[in-house]
Order: sequence, then structure tokens, then C-alpha cells
Amino acid sequence: MIRSSDLVASAMRALRSNPMRSALTALGVIIGVASVIAMVSIGRGAQTSVQSSISSLGSNLLIVVPGAQRGAGGVRMQPGAFETLTLADADAIKREVSGVVAVAPSQRTRGQIIANGLNWNTQMEGVTPDYLAVRDWRIADGRFFEERDDRQARKVVVLGATVARELFPNESPVGQRIRVNNGMYEVIGVLESKGQSGIGQDQDDVALAPFTTVKRRISGRQRRADSVSQISIKTESESALRSAEGDVTALLRQRHRTQEGEDDFTVQNLNSIMEAATEATQTLTVMIACIAGVSLLVGGIGIMNIMLVSVTERTREIGLRKALGARKSDILQQFGLEAVALSVAGGVVGLVIGIGGAWIVTTIFSLPFALALDTAVLAIGFSAVVGVLFGAYPAWRAAQLDPIEALRRE
Amino acid sequence: MSALITARDLIKLYRMGDETVRALDGVSFEIEKGDYAAIVGPSGSGKSTLMNILGGLDTPTHGTIAIDGAEISQMDDSELAGFRNATIGFVFQSFNLLPRLTAIENVELPMIYGGVDPQQRRERAMEMLARVGLGERMTHRPTQLSGGQQQRVAIARALSGQPALILADEPTGALDTNTGKDILNLFSQLNREGATVVIVTHDLEVAEKTRRVIEMRDGHIVGDHRNDAEAA
Repeated sequence: MIRSSDLVASAMRALRSNPMRSALTALGVIIGVASVIAMVSIGRGAQTSVQSSISSLGSNLLIVVPGAQRGAGGVRMQPGAFETLTLADADAIKREVSGVVAVAPSQRTRGQIIANGLNWNTQMEGVTPDYLAVRDWRIADGRFFEERDDRQARKVVVLGATVARELFPNESPVGQRIRVNNGMYEVIGVLESKGQSGIGQDQDDVALAPFTTVKRRISGRQRRADSVSQISIKTESESALRSAEGDVTALLRQRHRTQEGEDDFTVQNLNSIMEAATEATQTLTVMIACIAGVSLLVGGIGIMNIMLVSVTERTREIGLRKALGARKSDILQQFGLEAVALSVAGGVVGLVIGIGGAWIVTTIFSLPFALALDTAVLAIGFSAVVGVLFGAYPAWRAAQLDPIEALRRE
Repeated sequence: MSALITARDLIKLYRMGDETVRALDGVSFEIEKGDYAAIVGPSGSGKSTLMNILGGLDTPTHGTIAIDGAEISQMDDSELAGFRNATIGFVFQSFNLLPRLTAIENVELPMIYGGVDPQQRRERAMEMLARVGLGERMTHRPTQLSGGQQQRVAIARALSGQPALILADEPTGALDTNTGKDILNLFSQLNREGATVVIVTHDLEVAEKTRRVIEMRDGHIVGDHRNDAEAA
């Protein structure tokens, strides 16, 4: 009975004796495995990025913006052109919709901030004290404003991390005074960093001030005093989110006297947006991985092709080995092992290239680099299976050769 | 001397299209341990078929054949492979060395399938190469060796498994006359050292160098004589 070490040595020697052919044969599997790994890793990275950016907006969140959703299409991107939502709407939602934990109306506008001799143009957001809870946001330094600050329209601001860094690079901004659109404000806190949003927007490039303050002093008086540019609603659970979505829509229709199809507001459910986005990236990843998988299949066919050529070329050798005492199983194993070695070697090289490729792509597009380890194991396993599958037939052909016939072959 | 090979009523039928060819038609003989025999006959006489059966590469349609105590006519494929490995040392007309392997690796080949451990394999291969006069050329590849040297490597390979029977198929057919003589002398020497050798050939000059000549024609043994005077 042949030793397994001899079996391996024999297969390796056969592959080494024709290095160019072996390399080209393995190339098919290399490309297949590399593309599967790279595609899945990049896809996972994109998915993680989409998910984290959406969830950074806050969990169990409904956002109501003015403006209609157009048919089955996307949300209108310039909802600020409407002034259909009011503080009263926000209050009504808080009062009448069950399962709602907090409601935070907000008013957005651009603001030019001057402090410390530095200048920064950022998004000013007038919000109520509930805003932090709704957005799952935290204060990193100082404090957030309270009801009192809002009622009295105090000139206090809480800065986003980016604004704080730009205006006060070397010191804590808390307690400092800044100028916003010709008014002096006191910085009372700094927000924790949230990073980029799904569309590449810096969520930390923001300054929060009490709603009333923004309404009265910054956003200008040309707008309705009670209009809001957005209402954020946090529900107690994911299931409450679904019912709340319907309830909010119904309530606002009643208040605005609109019907389905002519709404002047849009309710966005962040969970469904996240699900849709996740599903979309997932589908895309699977699709691309399938295409890459086809190239792995083609690589397998390449191995089969070369192994069949090899069996034909080495007919005499096979005949001789059989004459010298090789069993069918010995020949089967030797040729099978050659095919498996080719494909697994291809798999390992492909893995390295795939990981490298994924790393480069995710770095260039600044996506999180998520190594698909399970996919790596799967791809190596799959390449071994490809080797067994596509090596089996040539090896079987070799094993079936009649030694008398084989030795007679020139 | 006891019989190494005992063949009884060997019949081998081949189907060639619609016709059935009787390659062997009732062949019976014995070959003693330590003998040096030639099986001669023209092509189509059945000598190649007989050699394949003797070597365990083929089985007879009818009849029995025992070699070194093993009844091989009923063996399955795997048993025959084991039998070939343990009992038969093949020498072919065209040497059949693997070009990728060195001389010593070629000699080791049967022992690999016999599961002999690498250390012992190497030692025995060196010993066998020295025995056929190639102690200086162990790491040469077949292409770096002359025809006669290649056949010596093949003979060393046949000897390496310590087989009960050396079976040579036209071993001088691809060699010039002088080299052929050297090879035949080597067989004689091995025989004197105790090996049982059977040469299958159509060349009567080769047959003369052996101690016993079995003549075949049309699937029958038509002559069986000893020429001990020459071989002695």
C-alpha cells in the first residue's frame, strides 16, 4: 500500500515538472476565488457602511418632512421649500400617537459662525431638548439645553464635533462665546462625534440651538413663526414604529385635510429605509459573487481539461505504474490529488489576491474593510471541491486504463 | 527444484468484432524456481498473451495458473496489482523509465507501491544499481544514459522488489547487438545468482542464451527443449 507522503510527493513532482502549465491551470481558480472573496468583502463593507450610517441617525425613528412623495418614486430632496409642518403638528403627534417616546421638531438653516478669529459656515439646527434622545445622540462635553433655554430663546449653542474642532482647535469650546449671524452666543456643550451619514455628509458639521432661538434670531422672520423643517419621532420599539408610521400619517392627513396621493408631508421610516438599503446591497453582493462563482466554475473546467490532457500524455506512465503494482485506487488518488492540489493552491493564492484587492478597493472608497472570513473558508473549500469534482473524471479515466494497452501506446 | 510456475490448460479468448480469437488454446507447462527460460514464437503465436498472464496483467479465460504459490487466474484487479508488485519484476523492450525521475528514483518506483519506507527504499535501490553495474550513475536521468544503461536501470528496478520472477519482454529489441549481448549476460549472471528469469522474444539468438526454450505457435506450445550447454 502506497504511503500518503509518497502520494503527495508524486503529485507535487508531476505538477512541478510542468510549472507553466500548472500555473496557468491554477490561474482559473485564482481568478475565481479572488473575485468571489473581493466581491463579497467589498459588498459586506458597503453594507456595513450603509447600515451604520443609517443607524447613526437614530433607531426606531420616524422623520416627517414637508413635501409630498412623488408616486412610487423617491423622497423629494428639497422639502425646505414647503412650510406645511408646524409645531402644532408635533404636539398633536406627541399627544395622540401611541408608542411614541419623544417628538423633536427642528428648524434648519445655514449659519456663519465666527469665533476665536476663525470662520465657519455650518448647518444651524433649532431643536427642542428631546432632540438628543430622539437621535440617540450624546453630549461629549458641557451640557445640552433645557426647556427653559428654549422658552426664553436663550442665545446658547451646542456644537457638533467638527465645528468644535474647526473653531476651537486647541481648547474646550464650552463657556466660549461665538458670533452667529451678528448675534453673540454662548457655547454650552459639544456633541459626540457621529461620523458620516449614508450620503457622505458629515453629521458632526452642525450647531444646535434652542428651537425658539433659531426661529426668532437666526432663520429670519420671513417664514411662518410656527413652521418646522422636520419632525423626528422616536418610538418605544420596532413594532411601535410600524403602527406609529400609520398613525402619524393618518393624523397629519386629518390635520392637513389631505388624502392619500395629495399629501403635503412625507413620513420616512428609517428602519424600512435601512432594510431596503441592506437588502439592496445584499442582493447586489450575492449577484456579483455568483458571477464570480461562475469564473470559479470555469477554472474547474480548465483543471479538468488539463488533467485529461495530462492523462492522455502520461498513458504509458500510468501503464508502467500499474505494471509495477499501482492499484486503481493509487492512480485515482494520485491524479485526483494533482487536481485538488492545483485548485487548492489556486484557492490560497486567490484568497490572498482577493483580500488584497478588497482592501485596496475599500481603502480607496473609504468603506469599512470587512474581511469575509466565512467566505474565505468557503472559497477555499469550494476550490477543493472544484478540484475533486473536476479532477475525478480524469483521474477515473487514468485508473481505468488497461496496463497492457497503456504500455503499448506510443 | 520445485515449480515456481504451474500453468494448466490456459485458454484465452478475445473478441475481435464478430470473431472470437483463441490467443491461447490449452497451454500447460511448469517452470522451476531458479530456471532461465525463453518463450519464443512469431507474432500472433500467443506468446505476448502468455506473458501478460504470467505477469498478472491479464487473466486467462479458462484454466489455472499458480505462481509462487498464488493462484492468479481468479484474482481481482487490486489483488493482481499486489501480486505484480510483490512477485513480478518486469523488463520491457522500450525500458519504460519515467523521464522526470533519476535512475535511483526509477528503481525505487515499485517499492513505493509496496509501501517500503524511504530509507530502506533508497538503500536497496543503490544496492540494485550497483548490482547491474550502474553504481556511478544513480542520479542521472534516463535521457543522460545510453540505451544499454537505461535497460540496466530497468533491470535494477525489476530486481528492487525482490520478485520471485523476472519477466522480460524483448529486452534486447531496442538495443544494438553488442549491448544486447551485455544485457543477456547480465540476465545469465542474475540467474546464476538465483533469480528465475523468463524472457519473451521472437529472436532465436536470444533464446539460445537461455537454459530452456518454450516454442509457441497459434496458441499452442509446439516445442520445449533445454540448451543447458550454452547457458552454463
